[in-house]
Amino acid sequence: MTKYIIRRLLQTIPVLFGVSILVFSLMFLIPGDAAQVIAGEGASEQTIENIREKLGLNDPAYVQYGRFITNAIQGDLGNSVRTGRSVMEEIEVRFWTTFELAIYSTILAVFIGLIAGVISAVRHYTLTDVAIMIIALFGLSMPNFWLGLMLIQWFALGNLPFGLTMPDWLFNIVQMKPSGWGEWNQMVLPVITLGTGGAAIIARMTRSSMLEVIGQDYIRTARAKGVSERIVIYRHALKNALIPVVTVIGLEFGAFLGGAVLTETIFAINGMGRLTVTAISQRDFPILQGTILVISLLFVLVNLLVDISYKFLNKRIDLN
Amino acid sequence: MEAQTSDFLTVKKSSPRIEAFKMFLKRLFKNKAAVIGGLIVIFIVFVGIFGPHLVKTDPYAQNLLNKLQPPSKEHWFGTDNFGRDIFTRIVYGTGLTLKVGFLSVLFGGVIGVIFGIVSGYYGGIIDTLIMRVMDVLLAFPGILLALAIVSVLGGSITNVIIAVGIFSIPTFARIVRGSTLEVRKLEYVDAIRALGASDMRIIFKHILPNILSPIIVQGTMRIATAILTASGLAFLGLGAAPPTAEWGAMLSDGRSYMHNASHMVLFPGMMIVIAVLAFNVFGDGLRDALDPKMKQ
Repeated sequence: MTKYIIRRLLQTIPVLFGVSILVFSLMFLIPGDAAQVIAGEGASEQTIENIREKLGLNDPAYVQYGRFITNAIQGDLGNSVRTGRSVMEEIEVRFWTTFELAIYSTILAVFIGLIAGVISAVRHYTLTDVAIMIIALFGLSMPNFWLGLMLIQWFALGNLPFGLTMPDWLFNIVQMKPSGWGEWNQMVLPVITLGTGGAAIIARMTRSSMLEVIGQDYIRTARAKGVSERIVIYRHALKNALIPVVTVIGLEFGAFLGGAVLTETIFAINGMGRLTVTAISQRDFPILQGTILVISLLFVLVNLLVDISYKFLNKRIDLN
Repeated sequence: MEAQTSDFLTVKKSSPRIEAFKMFLKRLFKNKAAVIGGLIVIFIVFVGIFGPHLVKTDPYAQNLLNKLQPPSKEHWFGTDNFGRDIFTRIVYGTGLTLKVGFLSVLFGGVIGVIFGIVSGYYGGIIDTLIMRVMDVLLAFPGILLALAIVSVLGGSITNVIIAVGIFSIPTFARIVRGSTLEVRKLEYVDAIRALGASDMRIIFKHILPNILSPIIVQGTMRIATAILTASGLAFLGLGAAPPTAEWGAMLSDGRSYMHNASHMVLFPGMMIVIAVLAFNVFGDGLRDALDPKMKQ
């Protein structure tokens, strides 16, 4: 096991190295002179030269990368070209908000996804199964930014479709705040917005995984021995069916980190996603590089943890 | 003798490939959801191609006296903040959405398939190198990679196609590599190689046709993802420049008017859902029909 963990850690190094190169290269993808683009139209030659000097753009690419990676390893991702503040400081202030949003969305997605998936599998090919799978398909196909706007429309503004308005007594109960983060009534809508797509994917995955397990001999044997259906499903089938689902949960957590860009923009949440969007609109490339690097590192780390957790979940997996 | 020749020809005509195709069609048409999904896809493609010739209103014609009107007989989906007809703009946006979806998948698919086949066929250091690059691309969660690329290249339809295409490359490469590895081990490939066939001939004539099923399925599903990603980018202001009728951008425009003109958000969003849903359902059906073993 230790060997496996060490090997997986070593395999992560080239990926992290590649991610750092790609994030660093973003500056070189900018059409034309990066300093000119950052400075904006009409900027004086002196301003452009200052930016070039500040970002070290006069040095050869390999020198720039060497400096970027050396500083990044030490936790220094440079300074914002707009505010002058350290990129790490800007990210630190917002990191936990995005992390919380992703965690709560994952919990919601796992909770709803697992329940829906198990019910669908247990009652497979019935009306319940079909209904759950149709809802899941909608959840999968719905752009989360649209869902977010609709939720604001219904639960923050009280406007229902086709010109209908929510009755006051009901609106007073379900009313949510359309923006911000911290209070429970600010968090519900963003979490639903981000978690719905993941819940749909987990539900589909759980269903197919459960159906595969339910068809296996040991389940038939358990049933033949007279074990109650509840025990067969929850103690025997679900335990093994969960193994492939864990991968999806890990991937979904990562997707939520990326998807936070849109959700945070809709709900005006001051997290890393919104910081990324602001950096794009202000052409603040050090901030953009920093947020993308941190989110990707976190994603790689989560995937590593998921891979390692396999060993504990299923002894049959060949670690080689 | 003549009859024998005729029988022989008849037998020859229904080759295993034609039989397999017939079976595929039979399985596909049996799947009601896939048929509905397929019909909606055909309808969307029809609207995308012929829609702009069928609607008479101009998607860019402004009429400020008529702005933010709710759905009515004259304006089926209402009007936007410039008094433009939302239905007309959605019809015009269909072609653009499909263009981005198809071209980005084509771009990402071609590069991904090449990487996947080369990786799976040659193996060794080439395989390791390509797959590590794919791992790097997959290390960017969600739309982050496409967002990063388009944010530095600048917002335009071409750049969105490139960004969303690059986002699709690793998915194609991984699937094609897996399929190539399976096919490469088969005896007929060894036999062809023993007969002196070149690598290019083996790859394009004998391996590629045998791994087309997962490529087609993945391609259909990726169009749905591409539409979602591209509309997400447009929503953030990183798509086509205004006043282009693009579903994601229309949704974004509607945000400021949600309290008194919710139709500005409702209809473009519904169109994205319908298009993505149709491609997903059709892709699911194709997968089940092409490889019944994968149905579970």
